[in-house]
Amino acid sequence: MEAPWKGIPVRETFPGSASPARHDGVTAVEAAPRGAAPHDPAPSAVVVIEPRRAWQLVDWRALWRYRELLQILAYRDISVRYKQTVLGAAWAVLQPLLQMVAFWLFFGRMGGLEGKVAGDYSLFLLAGLLPWQLFSTGVGQAAQSVVTNSNLISKVYFPRLVVPLAALGSACVDFAVAASVALPWLIFRGLGWHASQWLVPVFALGILLVTAAVGVGLSALVAEFRDFRYITGFLLQVWMFFSPVAYPLSIVPGRWQLLYAVNPLVGLIEGFRSALLGQPFAWGPIAVSALSLAVLLVAGLACFRRAELRLSDIV
Amino acid sequence: MATPAIKVQSLGKRFQLGAKAEVYPTLRETLTETFRAPFRRFRHLAGLERAPRAGQPEEFWALRDVSFEIAPGDVVGIVGRNGAGKSTLLKILSQITLPTTGRIEIAGRVSSLLEVGTGFHPELTGRENIQLNGAILGMSRREIQGKFDQIVAFAEVERFLDTPVKRYSSGMYMRLAFAVAAHLDPEILIIDEVLAVGDASFQKKCLGRLGEVAAGGRTVIFVSHNMQAVNRLCNRGILLSRGGVVAHGPVDEVVQQYMTDGKHSPAEREWSPAEAPGDSIARLVSARIIDEARQTIQTTDIRRPVGIEFDYDVLTGGELLVPNIHLYNSDGICVFASNGWQNNTQPRSRGRHRSTVWIPGNFLSEGNFSVAVALSTLEPIMVHFWSPDSVAFQVIDTIEGDSARGTYAGQMQGVVRPLLDWESGPLAAAG
Repeated sequence: MEAPWKGIPVRETFPGSASPARHDGVTAVEAAPRGAAPHDPAPSAVVVIEPRRAWQLVDWRALWRYRELLQILAYRDISVRYKQTVLGAAWAVLQPLLQMVAFWLFFGRMGGLEGKVAGDYSLFLLAGLLPWQLFSTGVGQAAQSVVTNSNLISKVYFPRLVVPLAALGSACVDFAVAASVALPWLIFRGLGWHASQWLVPVFALGILLVTAAVGVGLSALVAEFRDFRYITGFLLQVWMFFSPVAYPLSIVPGRWQLLYAVNPLVGLIEGFRSALLGQPFAWGPIAVSALSLAVLLVAGLACFRRAELRLSDIV
Repeated sequence: MATPAIKVQSLGKRFQLGAKAEVYPTLRETLTETFRAPFRRFRHLAGLERAPRAGQPEEFWALRDVSFEIAPGDVVGIVGRNGAGKSTLLKILSQITLPTTGRIEIAGRVSSLLEVGTGFHPELTGRENIQLNGAILGMSRREIQGKFDQIVAFAEVERFLDTPVKRYSSGMYMRLAFAVAAHLDPEILIIDEVLAVGDASFQKKCLGRLGEVAAGGRTVIFVSHNMQAVNRLCNRGILLSRGGVVAHGPVDEVVQQYMTDGKHSPAEREWSPAEAPGDSIARLVSARIIDEARQTIQTTDIRRPVGIEFDYDVLTGGELLVPNIHLYNSDGICVFASNGWQNNTQPRSRGRHRSTVWIPGNFLSEGNFSVAVALSTLEPIMVHFWSPDSVAFQVIDTIEGDSARGTYAGQMQGVVRPLLDWESGPLAAAG
C-alpha cells in the first residue's frame, strides 16, 4: 500500500519564528541552544508549565503579545453585531435616541425634572445617556463573553483577559457612532464650544475603565456561576437609577453627595456632562469616584484572575 | 540525547468528579458553603467531625505521575483507549489547563491543534475567518498575509473567499479550517485527531501535510485512534492507560502493545509444549495472521484477504480432525465461526500439520479482531484444543473509494462490511 502522502513534495526548510506562548503559572526563561533542531534560527525560550500561579494581577506582556488577537476578536464582534439586522449600525444611534425620547417624556415632562436642569433637558439627557450606553452595552457584552467564547477557551491557549477586553470593542464603536450622530443634534440644540470639552475624552476613558472593571469581573463570575447572567441585567437596571443619567447630581442632598459618588459612574457621568456642556465641575464627587474606580478596577481584575486559571475547566 | 524539546516530570491532573459532572456550581451552593465552612472547621477542630462530609465530590486523577521526555525532531504518537488521559495531557501541554502537580519544560514555539476551525464564525467571510483563525492559533498578521495565497490554494476555496462561511458546504468549511492550521510554522506541533474529518481525498491531503511537517524535522505530538496514521507518521509512541504511561518507545512496539493491550494476543504466537492447549490426540504449536504472500501481518487492508494459519502436532494418528476458528470483534461479538470440514475425509498421520483459512477481502468491517483457534473431531464430538484470543489483527480502510464505504468517511455500522452489488436507476425511461 502506498503511503498517502507520497507524491507530495517535502519542504526542506521551515522558518521557525520565536515567540513562545506564556501565561500565568507559566514562566519563560532563557534557554540553552537546541543543537539538534535543524530549523532553529535562534535559541528560543523555554516555557515552563507548573501548577502554581503568578502573583501579578495582569500579565501585560502576554496581553501585548496577543494584541492582534484582541483586535481581531473585537473586529469579529463588531462586524457580526449588526449582521442580518435591517437597520444595522443605526441601532447604535437608535437605542440612546429612543431612550432619550422616553426619558424626556417621563422624567422631563411628567416627572418635572426639566425644571431642575440648567439648560435644555434633552441636551442634558443625551450627554448622560451616551456614557451610560457605553457602560451598559460594554458590561452586557463583556459579562457574557467568556461563556460565549468557551469553545476558544477550551481549545486554544491565549491570555484569557483578551476575551472580555475584546468584547468592549463593539461597545466603543457603538459609542463612537452614537456620539458622532448625536453631535450635530447637540450643536443644533445650542451646544457651544467650551474650554472644558477637551476633558470629554478623559471622562469617556474613565467610564470605559469602569466598564472594563465591571465587565471583566462579571465575565468570570458568569462563567463560574450562571446566576450572574440574571444578576447582570438586574444590576444594570438598578445601577442606572443610582447614576445621574436622567437627573442631575444636584438633586441629591449635599451631605450625601460624596457617599453617592462611591458609585464611580456618578462622578464620571457628571464630569462627562459638565465637560461637554461647559458647566461647573463637582470636583469632590469626581475625586471620590476616581478613587472608587481604582478600587473597582483592582477588584474586577482580581475576580477574573481568581477564576482565570480554571476557566477552561469550568466553562 | 540533546536538550529535550519537551520534558514532563511527574505530571498529575485531578478533577473533582462531582464538579465535573455538574458543569458549574450555583451561587447558592457556594454561599451556603462559605457560611458553613467556619462552623465545620470549628466542629472539626473540636473533634466532633472526623470523616469527610458525605456527598463530598470524589476526586479523579485524569493523569498521575506522568513523566517522559521528547527529543527535538521526534514525531511522537500518543495512543490509548478513551479515558486514558490523552486529551488531558494535550490540554496541559497546550497550556489550556494547568496541571495539579508536576512540571513541564517546553523548548520552542508551540502550536496546538485540538480541533480545526476553532473560532470560525459562520457570519464572517472565508477571508475574515482565515485572519481570525490564524490569530487564534497564534499567527501574526504578517505571517497570515504571507501565507494567505497558499492557504487559499490548499483549501481550494478561491471563488468563495468573500462568501460567509455559513454558506460553505461542510467539505469546504473543513478544508478551509484545516488549511489555516496546516500552515502554522511552530517548532513543536501538538495535534489531536484532526484527521477524522473531511472526505477521503482531503484526509489524504491532511496526512500528506502532516508528513511534510514531520519530515521537516519539527517536533510533533500526535494523538489519534488511527493506528495506521500513527504508525506511518510517528517514529516514537507513548501508550497511556488510566492516566499513566504504560509504554514509551519506538512507535511500532507501542502500537503493537496498544492493540494487544490486556489480551496478549499478537499477530503471531507460539506455545511451548508445556503450556500448549491440547490433549492426547493433538496439541497446538503456533498460530499467526498472514497476508496473501504468507507474511505475518498485524493490520490488513479491508480489501485484501487475510489468512489465519495454525500449526499443531498430531500425537495420535488415524483420526479425522476438523480445524476451526471463531472470530471475535472488539465488542466481544462472534463475527463468525468456520470449520474446515473439507479436511474431514482423510485420517491424519502423526506429526506436524498446518491449517490455513482465508477470510476474503471486502468482507470484515474495520476494527480489531481476535481469533480463537480450535481442533475438533466430529464423531463423536470432541475438542482437542480450543485457544481463545490466540492471535489478533486489525482491519483498516484507507477510504480510496473502492471498498464498501465508497468515499463515505463517517462512522459505519455493522459487524461485517461486505462489498455488495448495487443496481439503481429510474423505473421508467423519462421523456
